[in-house]
Amino acid sequence: MYAFVNGPLVWIAFGVFILGSIWQIAALYKMSRRTDKVYYDHYNAGAAAGSIWAWLMPFGSHTWRENPVLTMGTFVFHACLILTPLFALGHAVTLEYNRGIAWPSLPDAAADKMTLVFLAAALFLLIRRFVLPHVRIVTECRDIVAWVIAVLPFVTGYLCAHKLLLDPDTMLMLHVLTGCLMLVSIPFTKLAHMFLFFMTRAFIGSEFARRGTKTW
Amino acid sequence: MSDQKPVNAEEIMAVIERNDSARLRAWLKTCASCGLCSESCFFYLANDNDPTYMPQYKARQTLGEIMKHKGQLSREKLEEMKEVAWGRCTMCRRCSQYCPFGIEIAVMINIARQCMRTQNVCPDRLMTIDQSYVEFGNQMSIPDEEFVETCEWMAEEGQDRLKDLVIPIDKENARIMFVVNSREPKYYPQDIQEAAMVMHAAGENWTMPSHGWEATNLSMFSGNMKVAGMVAQSVYDAAKKLNAQKICITECGHAYRAAKYEGPYWTKQPGGEAPVEVTHAVALFHEYLKEGRIKLKHKFKEPITLQHPCNLSRSGDLGQKADELMEMLCENYIPMEPHREWSHCCCGGGGFIPMGADYKKRRMIAGKVKAEQIRKTGTKFIMVPCHNCTDQINDLNKEYGLGTKVMSFKELICELMDLPPHMQPEEAE
Repeated sequence: MYAFVNGPLVWIAFGVFILGSIWQIAALYKMSRRTDKVYYDHYNAGAAAGSIWAWLMPFGSHTWRENPVLTMGTFVFHACLILTPLFALGHAVTLEYNRGIAWPSLPDAAADKMTLVFLAAALFLLIRRFVLPHVRIVTECRDIVAWVIAVLPFVTGYLCAHKLLLDPDTMLMLHVLTGCLMLVSIPFTKLAHMFLFFMTRAFIGSEFARRGTKTW
Repeated sequence: MSDQKPVNAEEIMAVIERNDSARLRAWLKTCASCGLCSESCFFYLANDNDPTYMPQYKARQTLGEIMKHKGQLSREKLEEMKEVAWGRCTMCRRCSQYCPFGIEIAVMINIARQCMRTQNVCPDRLMTIDQSYVEFGNQMSIPDEEFVETCEWMAEEGQDRLKDLVIPIDKENARIMFVVNSREPKYYPQDIQEAAMVMHAAGENWTMPSHGWEATNLSMFSGNMKVAGMVAQSVYDAAKKLNAQKICITECGHAYRAAKYEGPYWTKQPGGEAPVEVTHAVALFHEYLKEGRIKLKHKFKEPITLQHPCNLSRSGDLGQKADELMEMLCENYIPMEPHREWSHCCCGGGGFIPMGADYKKRRMIAGKVKAEQIRKTGTKFIMVPCHNCTDQINDLNKEYGLGTKVMSFKELICELMDLPPHMQPEEAE
């Protein structure tokens, strides 16, 4: 079990994440050729890129500027969510030990702090979701599920690194399991906004540029 | 008016299928329910941040319900949804600008309206207007002959203000084919006269068609896309028949959007472009002033603000031109905040004005945001280049005691322009 989870399962999860995402993108692209003529008729590369870029930048859009606290929260959340697992020392060591691939890494102390910051930001977003009536009213089960899936690997990773709660091997296995869960969930849950963001923003950028206006 | 036939889910689902697109699917999959669309919406703001007015919730109550139940909904349920799709949204598209994913709630509301329209669930007045377009080609049931007579009468009467004023009907090879809102021949024929005076004074080669003269397209708000396409096509056909270079839309917001941006898709034009270039009175007048074809005696001196109609300045490309035109005409132009493409809807759009008395109360409540914007400018005059905005702001004026005078560009230009001697009426001395 331990060997399977910490070995093949990881590769299977990466496979599902990558192939599943490609499949989702390809299916939407194929459909769009038939159903989204308006996009291709007026495609505007500059506006599409601008629409993506402005929203990737903290305070780059009207919404981000008008909601500074949320902007900080969401950017910290997303930056830590992506950077921490990519450059955690444990991940780099595992990769080098098993595959001989050298991978840059962050010092453990930094990854540790980023995990805590991430969890704080995640908590902020969750509280916001329940405290603000206009967010609570549209919150669905699947929004919570996406949040839980994103948060679990950080909780288990932190507990594992600090040898808390369970014995480190079991916790490590849980960490890998929850990490795999996140990877396989990306193409099929609301986490798909990881790649859909670029598609929908490109569309709206072009669509408004056709009318000489902007969405950021 | 809504007949009591059982709801036909197949007809509803046919609309869903027709509108099923990759972007719609991506929107439904990606929305993170973050709630950031809420504060972009004037309905939400004007109703004391009542969360049931926030855009995503409204889409979910309408299109969401239809899709979830595959169109199998009771008539009572559809009637409830009608009050959301028409009574709580003008499809102004401001929420698309505030959504991190650029999700178009307005498009979803529009699809929901189309679904309901197949079951004759729609504000009655809008359905009557659909019928009028089919029977008369315009929303006010005006026979074409009557329109032509009105133009002749206005030309003749206008000769008191501008010597030899003519309104050329069905002239071929004109540069500008001017089309109007049928409210003009019906209630405000002066509007036609003033537009004619401006074009005449600028030495324009222009005409109006005796058929296909109606610029409005309220069917795009009733959800009857078949009729919307028919109306757009009749304008294109008129321009092609007369071999006009450009179609120019009167000072009306949705008419411009319909003819220039949406009409090409309803009528399946290649490349999504209108077969004849579409322009607008704001752009035309801008051209006249910039090129010196119209000269002014003096600029307008009082402080004045400008209403940016959503369909000109957000869903259209005229925000900047309207501002520049204001600067060319007025000494003391004070913009509202926010303005241009970020402007708030006044709540006259999306079919609200023609929906009539049944919806007036909520129109007045939701218009509070615009009323506050106007009040903050401290001006006593407001330029409004859109018919629906004009009605709404006149109503807001009474409701909120704004004490502002609503004006149109043609009206102000007629007042200020310096006519060359040969155009000045003889008894003017």
